[in-house]
Amino acid sequence: MTVGEIIKNLEAMVITKFLPDETEIDWACATDLMSEVLYYSRDSSVLITGLTKQQAIRTADIADIRVVVFTRGKEPDTPTIELANEKEITLLITPFSMFTACGILYERGLRCCPE
Amino acid sequence: MTIKELVEVLDAEVLTPELSLDLEVKGGYVSDLLSDVMAHAKEGDLWITLQTHLNIVAVASLKSVSGIVVVNNRRPGAETLKKAVEEGIPILTTPHTSFEIAGRLYQFLNAEKV
Amino acid sequence: MKGGSGAVLNKSMEKNYEGSFHIVGGDFSRAGEASTELKSILQSLGIEKEIVRRASIATFEAEMNIIIYATAGILRYVITPEEIRIIAEDMGPGIEDIELAMQEGYSTAPEWVREMGWGSGMGLPNMKKNSDEFYIDSVVGEGTRVEMVIRRQIFSEGRSNDH
Repeated sequence: MTVGEIIKNLEAMVITKFLPDETEIDWACATDLMSEVLYYSRDSSVLITGLTKQQAIRTADIADIRVVVFTRGKEPDTPTIELANEKEITLLITPFSMFTACGILYERGLRCCPE
Repeated sequence: MTIKELVEVLDAEVLTPELSLDLEVKGGYVSDLLSDVMAHAKEGDLWITLQTHLNIVAVASLKSVSGIVVVNNRRPGAETLKKAVEEGIPILTTPHTSFEIAGRLYQFLNAEKV
Repeated sequence: MKGGSGAVLNKSMEKNYEGSFHIVGGDFSRAGEASTELKSILQSLGIEKEIVRRASIATFEAEMNIIIYATAGILRYVITPEEIRIIAEDMGPGIEDIELAMQEGYSTAPEWVREMGWGSGMGLPNMKKNSDEFYIDSVVGEGTRVEMVIRRQIFSEGRSNDH
């Protein structure tokens, strides 16, 4: 699934400058706990999280994740957006809950990172 | 749909065999942050989480969720399970991730509506 | 202890790079900065992507453990043509039962740390998973020392548990 398709499927708003529409995303990782991201994720994953803080961006950057989705329409603070821009991470906000966001992407064929 | 009907779909193991699984699941909620669950989970949701410590039972009980599915093969300790039985909150565990469980549950709940 | 705040990159050595970061306990606003900087250094040295990723993840978890549990600590790194060695030492509470602490999901983190997205009991397992060699030593009431080695040769033995 491309980043563009994720944006469309999740009715998401892009809040960073970097927009790699055609980039392929192979896996999804949905959690609020950052060690889980570091433990299970692969690069070319999308991180879906309710933790709308700088920590989520730092973690994504360390784990080579380029796309982060914040759920439930929750807007992060400015430093979080700035950090995402600096790290060239695409930050999306979806109005859906984490459950619904996962459900939609799963239904469209995306799967979680294999262990 | 009841929790009983979902056990197999979610490849889950029931950790609170003392409790009835006939509770109705109306929706799903994925979160590992207790404050978030407190704020947004709805009555009848099946709560999907990685958290295993004692406080999950209190939160689940306050929000009247139908049950808790602990993912990634995590297993709550005896104290948590004991409290869950006391409070009447079924706890299940599954080897799958939150994303996978949310995906499966979402599809089942949607299929039921049609 | 050497160096001030931030990285001290010793370029006088022909082949080895080393430096250190001072980490202040409880300072969540800067959490991850040291690991991010080390990642940039590793990338600038042209180290293979997957090796950079593993070293960065192991370092990040070590940095977070200092921030979450300790008063202060120091992260040191030594990069040679053969390996990346990371040593995290802190002045903190220490770990009573290391075997228990190494179990996935075991955590003594307080609720507020969990609400910050950490303290899920995967930190030490994650450090071990991403290292080729992992050593931990702790004295209750004094502190903890973790040493990790990530070999730069992918074909070298010792990654038996990698998926």
